[in-house]
Amino acid sequence: MARAVPNSRKAINTAVAGTLGFIIFFPILWILILSFKTEGDAIKAPLQVLFSTGWTTESFGAVQERSDYFKHFTNSVVLALGSTILGLLVAVPAAWAMAFVPAKHTKNVLMWMLSTKMLPPVGVLVPIYLIFRDVGLLDTRTGLVIVLMLMNLPIIVWMLYTYFREIPGEILEAARMDGASLREEVIYVLTPMAIPGIASTVLLNIILAWNEAFWTLNLTASNAAPLTAFIASYSSPEGLFYAKLSAASVMAIAPILIMGWFSQKQLVRGLTFGAVK
Amino acid sequence: MNLKSALLGATALSIASAGAATAAELTIATVNNSDMIIMQKLSPVWEEATGHTLNWVVLEENTLRQRVTTDIATNGGSFDIITIGAYEAPIWGARDWLVALDDLTEINPDYDLEDIYEPVRNGLSADGTLFAVPFYAESSFTFYRTDLFEAAGIEAPTEQITYTQFEEMVAQLHDPDNGVFGTCQRGKAGWGENMAFVGPLVNAFGGRWFDMDWQPQIDSEEWRTAINYYVDLVQNYGPPGASSNGHNENRALFADGRCATWVDATSAAGYIFNPNESSVADRTDFFQAPYQETKNGTGWFWAWALGVPASSTNADAAKDFLAWATSKEYIELVGEREGWVAAPPGTRKSTYANEAYLSAAPFAETVENSILAADPANPTRDPVPYTGIQFVAIPEFQGIGNYVGQQIAAALAGQQTVDQALENSQRFAVREMTKAGYIQ
Repeated sequence: MARAVPNSRKAINTAVAGTLGFIIFFPILWILILSFKTEGDAIKAPLQVLFSTGWTTESFGAVQERSDYFKHFTNSVVLALGSTILGLLVAVPAAWAMAFVPAKHTKNVLMWMLSTKMLPPVGVLVPIYLIFRDVGLLDTRTGLVIVLMLMNLPIIVWMLYTYFREIPGEILEAARMDGASLREEVIYVLTPMAIPGIASTVLLNIILAWNEAFWTLNLTASNAAPLTAFIASYSSPEGLFYAKLSAASVMAIAPILIMGWFSQKQLVRGLTFGAVK
Repeated sequence: MNLKSALLGATALSIASAGAATAAELTIATVNNSDMIIMQKLSPVWEEATGHTLNWVVLEENTLRQRVTTDIATNGGSFDIITIGAYEAPIWGARDWLVALDDLTEINPDYDLEDIYEPVRNGLSADGTLFAVPFYAESSFTFYRTDLFEAAGIEAPTEQITYTQFEEMVAQLHDPDNGVFGTCQRGKAGWGENMAFVGPLVNAFGGRWFDMDWQPQIDSEEWRTAINYYVDLVQNYGPPGASSNGHNENRALFADGRCATWVDATSAAGYIFNPNESSVADRTDFFQAPYQETKNGTGWFWAWALGVPASSTNADAAKDFLAWATSKEYIELVGEREGWVAAPPGTRKSTYANEAYLSAAPFAETVENSILAADPANPTRDPVPYTGIQFVAIPEFQGIGNYVGQQIAAALAGQQTVDQALENSQRFAVREMTKAGYIQ
């Protein structure tokens, strides 16, 4: 039986949660406000910024005039989706094998995969740069899709492995007894049962790939540059471009924010999948 | 189209005709500042005249530095034109990472290399060979509020004053109750941030980074006096949280009327003088950056310049662009299209002989004097084995400068004493210089 919670307690909890939510959301709100201000107003004290009357969309126009937003946006979409699909193609069979046919060193392999995430990316920048130069992958979407896939692969494998472990092996066994091949077992039995987990893995991977700013800045010039490079072009230690930087940020984060908003239920469901037995 | 525009177009066409046998697609990496934005905006003039096209990669200064360094050191060939500073040009040129540019006059007979100020050309050369051409150059000077000086009964200096006199002025002007701070100075850590101010300050107090044997001198009495002065000045008369303020933050504060004085880049004058962006445009004037024990190295020298990486496969077309973007004709074009106050400052004598520019930019003469007074080859009171005023032109300086900047920012924020900051800095510098083989 659920415990009764007094109304006063509920009100306090709601107020605390609301305040925390507002604090977390505040930077995005502030970026949004600054993006509709002139550069002159954007540098004023916070209260003056709020109450200045000059609301304008000129920064958005200036940003689009100077930078090709749609080219960067297309690159971001291709990189995020490409690396996710490629990652799933590798990770689903890997996670299946580790979850249902574990070997003696499966745990060690999983730990090793995770440990690669602890390596600072800058440590391997020069070797990867040289390889990319020699095989002609610098400033190409193909090259970045491969790198982003490899960057996120440990997380995809780990997440899928965790979800697959929750699926009773007996069901797969039953499918095999009914004559299902390995391919059919994975595609028609395992995958539909793990859809919430796969969906949340896909969403998380898209978000990670969308926001990745080290490799996307270092391995691109103009052809494959995604929205992270688009934002970076408005940052400057000598020159005040707060309104334009904010407008560029809003344009860059809006797609992923909207996607996250509509898929949050799926994301939370997937992330808590198997938490309660 | 008026006659001037037609002539400019024809000039660009003639510049181009020599090297543009086939149209090339060039990738240019540059920083994000007002002058570069104007260059990007006007570049279609050159593209139309030559048939070449430009792909722009605009990045924040530090990101650009890391990105371009990786590419150029690995012979990556991602860029055909790069924006580099006075720090990188001689170092990279000496390593043969950049294409020599002494032949620009062959590409554009009207280029007039001699018109570029000699100290600027020298700052971008290695062993007498020019490796980058200046887009704009800057020194540092003191911005001050004429109305506040008048109200406080302070006479504006006509000669260079000492830092002691400067502090006395600042103390009189400091009025935090009315939202005005005596002085705003850079506090944010970084060799291009707080150390840009601290370096010339240390020079003024008689300090130096290294002695003639490359032994670091950061724990010397001169450094101790200078950094104690800096910390006291900013803590007593600066805005709260000054250790987080860099050029941009101080520029915003000054433009908003919150600072009585500010020692910073001469290139910010165009912004402070623009009434659309600054509320103190009609109440600001300038005087030289102060001195103390010596006048050597008291105003910094910096130039943003364009260079061509040796790995570029389109070097001829790239040089062609350089010969256009840093020419007298280009400066004319900016003056005509964007207004003379926006013309790239500090590079060409002809700019400072142009009446249109002089009347649009009242700060022009002070800027010119500051740039000409800055001598990177003679930056300190005592002899040194390096060149550079606010930096030391050796590859190891970035790391050392950043570390020292962090230590001094921590002292300014009250997280450690000045003595601790200098001891840590000295230890670090000795370790790095030993590792690099300068000292045994």
